[in-house]
Amino acid sequence: MAKKLMKGNEAIGEAAICAGALNYFAYPITPQSEVAEYLCWRLPEVGGVFVQAESEVAVGNMLFGAAASGKRVFTTSSSPGISLMQEAISYMAGAHLPVVLLNIMRGGPGLGGILPAQSDYFQAVKAGGHGDYHVIVLAPASVQEAVDLMILAFDLADKYRSPVMIIGDGMIGQMMESVEFPEKYREQNDPNANDWSLTGARGRKPRIVKSLFLDPQKLEDNSLKLAEKYKEIKKNEVRYELYKVSAKTRILIAAYGTMARICQTVIDELEEEGISVGLFRPISLYPFPEKVIYDEAARKNIERVLTIEMSIGQMVEDIERCTKGIKPVDFFGRTGGIVPTPNEVKDKIRELLAKKK
Amino acid sequence: MINDATTIFKRPEALSENITHYCPGCTHGVIHRLVAESLDELGLRDRAVGVAPVGCSVLIYNYFTCDFLEAPHGRAPALATGFKRVRPDMICFTYQGDGDLASIGMGEIVHAANRGEKITVIFVNNAIYGMTGGQMAPTTMPGQRTTTSPKGRDVSLAGYPIRVAELLSTLRTPSFIARVAVHTPMHIITAKKMIKKAFRLQKEGRCFSLVEVLSTCPTNWGIDPSAATKWVGEAMQPYYPLGIYKDPEREES
Repeated sequence: MAKKLMKGNEAIGEAAICAGALNYFAYPITPQSEVAEYLCWRLPEVGGVFVQAESEVAVGNMLFGAAASGKRVFTTSSSPGISLMQEAISYMAGAHLPVVLLNIMRGGPGLGGILPAQSDYFQAVKAGGHGDYHVIVLAPASVQEAVDLMILAFDLADKYRSPVMIIGDGMIGQMMESVEFPEKYREQNDPNANDWSLTGARGRKPRIVKSLFLDPQKLEDNSLKLAEKYKEIKKNEVRYELYKVSAKTRILIAAYGTMARICQTVIDELEEEGISVGLFRPISLYPFPEKVIYDEAARKNIERVLTIEMSIGQMVEDIERCTKGIKPVDFFGRTGGIVPTPNEVKDKIRELLAKKK
Repeated sequence: MINDATTIFKRPEALSENITHYCPGCTHGVIHRLVAESLDELGLRDRAVGVAPVGCSVLIYNYFTCDFLEAPHGRAPALATGFKRVRPDMICFTYQGDGDLASIGMGEIVHAANRGEKITVIFVNNAIYGMTGGQMAPTTMPGQRTTTSPKGRDVSLAGYPIRVAELLSTLRTPSFIARVAVHTPMHIITAKKMIKKAFRLQKEGRCFSLVEVLSTCPTNWGIDPSAATKWVGEAMQPYYPLGIYKDPEREES
């Protein structure tokens, strides 16, 4: 299919339709309201469902009900809205329901601001709601990757019967880039093609979709079932990119999303100055590429690992955890909607190189 | 002669054989049966999905033979909205108590009704939180003693009980809203008619429907079952008048 120039938020909406996800529930919030403005006319065109809910609390719970149908369902929102959906996300994880949520992150805490940030790593990766669970978390670094991950997200949600969250910053949503969609649009899921969705108890036992287990043994069993699922996810779904990591690399940057793209510019420019810096970019934040970051940091030539985020430091905790002290881990970040500039990143790298011997 | 015997009363197909956990004198069992009979008579059981609340009837899915979803506290109308929009060919109903619907779930019920979702809501009002042990609800009567209003509901601090049927019938969107009671056989007969009509309107794809049912809670009211049925008639009914508040069939005629 020919390349199209599209705004991130609209491309993401089209990607869902492409994945056969025609059931969308949302509440307006900056900086991603364009998704709803696009889908409110586009979904009826393809026979889909568009509902503007009264709140994000309601959105989360509409998804809960809709996901029990076995068809593909999704929402898009931004940080404070995702906080409100955490109730339903916890319930859907407990009830083993597939659902896709896109979080175009803005600065927080509280009402924060409306500019790009990466301050929702914790609420996405560490399970933002109550209980023992995780959601699969993916982080795109371009509009094309946002489209590709959106399509993948629905496959993962169905495969593992789990919520999947895509976290992008405001930049991914607002920026225009050329994108390509697959030729073939997927059909909607057949609700009768599985053994769990609610299709009416005609000639079979009633099905119950729930997260309530009053018997402690049954609740523990459900949690162990989730644990088993997360083990499979960790085994099969680790995704990452390494950029210019070689036997000469002295500093390994760890960054995701838009921040990783800015770091690529820095790496190219420093290369011309003869300074070798590489990039580790996790694409799946849960499952985190734990072994990859350890193995790369363990390279003899790597002196330090520098985590760069549009936050005051969240993913850096996972980098520290996974590198197990094998190399010093440093952090640089700007937040509140301020994006670190290539020059700021370079200054930080020069400062670290000077520190070493 | 035995061959001429005909069954005139049996367990509705929509009710399971499980024994309910409800307290003696509680009317949840009666209301469950009215819902089940309505599903049977309209032929809806095998394409119905119920949404269970949080509260005493949280385990309602054990007592029915149709598919069920279990909602977070108060959110049943949002789940029902999501399900019904994706499967308009199926029947979806919620069964909610007064703490669930009129307190934590007030936002969800008002907007589901206002959007005119084609769902049926069975709203059981017994003027108290039952499962958590008898705390004050938004529907608790003025002066009524509960564990969080030990001197009686003080309307200067807690306001007056919310009349849900009246409140929802102010919405312009067409709907069917009725209030019934189940404390006497006569009231049960009317309640059945209203509940069946609510499901029929959904079956016909007409409108949102809600039936508020005045119910008992002898355990948390601290009185015996027969005194509890009397209390529904004497204390609750004057404040919560019975009848049809909104009817699309009346509006059209």
